[in-house]
Amino acid sequence: MSFNRDEWGGFSSGDEQTTGPAMSHPTSTAIIDMSNVEDSSATSSFEDVGDVNHRMKDTNGSRRQEQQDPSGMMGGISGNLGKVVADQMWQSGQQQAKKMIDVYGNIDILRPYFDIDPKTLLWRCAYSFVPLKNLSTAQKIPSELYGPLMTVFTLIAILLMNMKTSGTVLQQGTLMGTAFGICFGYWFGVSGFMYFLAFLCNAYISIVQCLTLLGYGMISHCVILLFGHFTHYSHGTFYVLWALIAGASAARMITVLLSRTVGKSQRLLLCVAIASLHMLFLLYLHFAYHHVVEEIVHSLEMVDTPIEKHDSEDSMRAVRDATHLKINNSLEIKNNSLNSS
Amino acid sequence: MADFQDVSYSVPVEGEIAQPQVPEEEDDDELSTLDEPVKDTFIRDMKVIGSKFAHIIYPRSNSLLLRDWDLWGPLVLCVILAVFLNGAKDETTGGQGPQFAEVFVVVWVGAGIVTLNAQLLGGKISFFQSVCVLGYCILPLVVAMIICWFLVKIFEQSIVFVVIRIILVAAAYGWSIFGPCLITHLQCMIPITVVTASVAFLGDSQPKGRKALAVFPICLFYFILAWMVVTYS
Repeated sequence: MSFNRDEWGGFSSGDEQTTGPAMSHPTSTAIIDMSNVEDSSATSSFEDVGDVNHRMKDTNGSRRQEQQDPSGMMGGISGNLGKVVADQMWQSGQQQAKKMIDVYGNIDILRPYFDIDPKTLLWRCAYSFVPLKNLSTAQKIPSELYGPLMTVFTLIAILLMNMKTSGTVLQQGTLMGTAFGICFGYWFGVSGFMYFLAFLCNAYISIVQCLTLLGYGMISHCVILLFGHFTHYSHGTFYVLWALIAGASAARMITVLLSRTVGKSQRLLLCVAIASLHMLFLLYLHFAYHHVVEEIVHSLEMVDTPIEKHDSEDSMRAVRDATHLKINNSLEIKNNSLNSS
Repeated sequence: MADFQDVSYSVPVEGEIAQPQVPEEEDDDELSTLDEPVKDTFIRDMKVIGSKFAHIIYPRSNSLLLRDWDLWGPLVLCVILAVFLNGAKDETTGGQGPQFAEVFVVVWVGAGIVTLNAQLLGGKISFFQSVCVLGYCILPLVVAMIICWFLVKIFEQSIVFVVIRIILVAAAYGWSIFGPCLITHLQCMIPITVVTASVAFLGDSQPKGRKALAVFPICLFYFILAWMVVTYS
């Protein structure tokens, strides 16, 4: 059987790497090196496509180098120009493809943060108003972005309604942009600040957990502003709600952070900073638009439309809605006509 | 070369070399659009868009909007809405209403965000399919906008007038959200779960138990648009 072994090459004995006489034999080319086989043809994931593009670019580059020498002598200008243009086209296309792959990759990265059941979501919303009692063990903070993101979008919508009914005088084209900027700016900005402070104070928290904690805390802002939008509460009511509801959610955030921080001064710094920012933001949202309402009332009085002499707060509330304003004006017109008649 | 044999035939070659005819009925439609008048192309596309509008008003099939998606209808609706809302005077403040660009951006970016959210929740629907459905479902709001515009032009403002407008836009908002799915329910007897909005179409693309999560941003998106329409004066 030994002569047969010479004919078909025999079994691979692991010495293919050596440059023996067996390698020079033509039958040894039947051995396939599996590492060179492209296995991406069957499984076309985006990463594989990227790899293939990269490889194709390499092979193209080597081919170009091989061909450049003869073309420099023989080819004309048009040939080189065509190659340059084709090269640029190829590179720009490759960059765009890479961007698309990155976007899809990022979506996959974000997907775990949106994995939540509606029931869990409701529980988390409810518990965002319940402070912790036990600070000795570190409270677990979920890394989830759906709830916070929806909270921010809801706050944007409520803010938009408040701006419109309170008659915020902006360049109207930027009304939506302002609401977007304020809400997302606060969310990202304060979360980043919280992460920075937590880093300084040795609190154990990640940036996504900061976003989650602060996002669920903003539910109190939504609740209070929405309540105010429909009921037109007075300052006193607002302060009560501010202290109770926003205070409760601030206490929740603080106690969660406290349970994950060691050291008294660090705890004090972190909690005072975050709680004051949380409470002041709601004050800002409330008074930024209330102030404008007062201005409108003054301007209306200056224009000589004597609104009936209620106490000033009631009149300000009345101006909040255009419909209310219409009622007042029409009543006055009717009164005037009755007097004249 | 010795292996080759000299082959020579004394008999002339005979036979059919014609290939069997492949029926080309399917390709006729594709080919005929190349040399047809622009008018025909335009009319055909308008008919397709119109049939999709009909599906929003009176849904009969769930699959058409998803299968043959296009962005022409949403573009037309968005432009109409933006043109009507553009520069409307806000009489409370004396300021200007939303600008064309603002409405345009709100519609497209809003649809994009809602779609992205659906994808992040694991929805099995492509990006443009979702944008197409969301865009087409603005139709009731656009109709309400046009009616409001005529009402503003014809009648003077009064409290009754404002109430009528609010009811009108609320109905359009409800139609955008619940109308399609309710009618689909009556006709096809598809059980309504939490079904949403334009979500007679989109709801089924979500895994079970997640529909409510996908529905909330849709409601918010249409609510902002409805708010823009109702505050138009």
